[in-house]
Amino acid sequence: MAFSVFKRPARLTKLQIWVGKCLAHLLIAGALVWQFVQGFSDNLGADPVQSLLDFTGQHAIHLLLFTLCLAPLARFTPCGDLIRYRRMLGVYTFVYALAHFSTYILFELQLNWPLIGSELVKRPYISVGFAALLILLALAVTSFNTLRKKMGKSWQSLHNWVYVAVVLALLHFSWSQKTIWAEPIFYWLAAFIILLPRMQYALRARKQRQRRRKPA
Amino acid sequence: MSKRFIPSVTLTENDVTDESVYRQRRTLLKRMGFIGAGALLSPQASALGWFDDDEEKQAAKREALEFTPAGQYSTSEKKTPCDKVTGYNNFYEFGTGKDDPAQYAHNLKIDPWSLKIDGMVEKPFVLDHASLTQRFSLQERIYRLRCVEAWSMVIPWIGFELAEILKAARPLSSARYVAFQTLYDPEQMRGQNSRFVGGGVDYPYVEGLRLDEALHPLTLMAVGLYGKTLPEQNGAPIRLVVPWKYGFKSIKSIVRITLTDKEPPTTWNKLAPDEYGFYANVNPKVDHPRWSQASERRIAGGGLLSRNRIETQMFNGYSEVAPLYKGMNLRKYY
Repeated sequence: MAFSVFKRPARLTKLQIWVGKCLAHLLIAGALVWQFVQGFSDNLGADPVQSLLDFTGQHAIHLLLFTLCLAPLARFTPCGDLIRYRRMLGVYTFVYALAHFSTYILFELQLNWPLIGSELVKRPYISVGFAALLILLALAVTSFNTLRKKMGKSWQSLHNWVYVAVVLALLHFSWSQKTIWAEPIFYWLAAFIILLPRMQYALRARKQRQRRRKPA
Repeated sequence: MSKRFIPSVTLTENDVTDESVYRQRRTLLKRMGFIGAGALLSPQASALGWFDDDEEKQAAKREALEFTPAGQYSTSEKKTPCDKVTGYNNFYEFGTGKDDPAQYAHNLKIDPWSLKIDGMVEKPFVLDHASLTQRFSLQERIYRLRCVEAWSMVIPWIGFELAEILKAARPLSSARYVAFQTLYDPEQMRGQNSRFVGGGVDYPYVEGLRLDEALHPLTLMAVGLYGKTLPEQNGAPIRLVVPWKYGFKSIKSIVRITLTDKEPPTTWNKLAPDEYGFYANVNPKVDHPRWSQASERRIAGGGLLSRNRIETQMFNGYSEVAPLYKGMNLRKYY
């Protein structure tokens, strides 16, 4: 039935998930490859390096925020299977962030190693962005099922670092602008809204723990 | 054997349709489009911009200028291609994105224009649109432009020395500084309408120079680039070009030049005083608090693989201005 997806709970078939994943791969990886092809052929406006930095950086943040949407979406909509796209989007977040960093090293600073070293250390917004990248790296390499099982409880506590990564990434974004009244403000707002259910949940859990500690 | 192709019609330069005729034809076709197809689906068609063409976006046609070719003050470095000069701009009055000015600046009406020269001068006067390009003889100056964001271009400006305007106005002996002001018109400049579009800048944009800097022969009032009048996004109809200072000093679309005895406030300095000083001389030894100024990327075309990172030079390579700052601590007066 065509409308069965809307019934509760709305399960996705293996085929639907597979097709969805293929489309997502095509879109996300395809867009990245296409941008680089355009960049190499000087079709990205006056400064292809800046265009690529903007493209990879902003979409890394989009992907990160979208990844974080999936858990609340899976919980609050009938379609719990959405969670099965989370790892893929998370890994793509890392891929885009890595492309962003590589563009910076290869095309912006052009492998000028002393400059790369001093910029990473001396510029707070670069350091903060780099720290976010390292967190995403740790999350990406531990994303395999086998590792997840081996790591047990520590896997979840490691992956909670994604919240630190969001804050660092947005700080990096805000700090890179010449003025505070720029796009990043909307991203902070979006991140706040996306994380709101988790914050409420964490708050509630804390209250419950406190209540349990105090005997009546 | 194949026969050599001989064209049945031979065309020369004389046969080329004049640009104005060509444009009229476009307008006519456009109107026909509106009347013909437009009768069927006019509201949607115009809303979707089916009959718009990109050329139309450039409101004022760029006119060819007469000028003396580049001389002693010009560089022979490879020029930044014209489409990059006109497609990559910081002009926050039209938005903070680099391509916003090219997209939105066509709303700027540059004729009529009035540029007022006043303050501590014997003879205040006003320049109208025509006199901007006619009163003073124009010359080409191919200058390096170094943005505070660590990218640079090489641009063939057309203009005249600011000193010519100042001499005509005869500054009083008490005048020490020159203050500049960009047009303030939120209806034409979307960035002045909204804090988010305009980057939180307190408009109108204002800039300033010390009088001796303003009188230096390198300091140019530009009315054109690449042989034609300025496109709106580059600061039409008249802008300042101070090649040894970071680009934000070179204020665009100027309506007022005022001589004063006090250091005038400057826009970026007001917004972030620890990052942008009054002097803003290009200086590879004094970093921006958030990034290095020791090197820059020269935008000259060639895609990602062009190795375009070059060392930034003191005063952007215009060492003849060094005497202006003799004995000054340029780390303090950044």
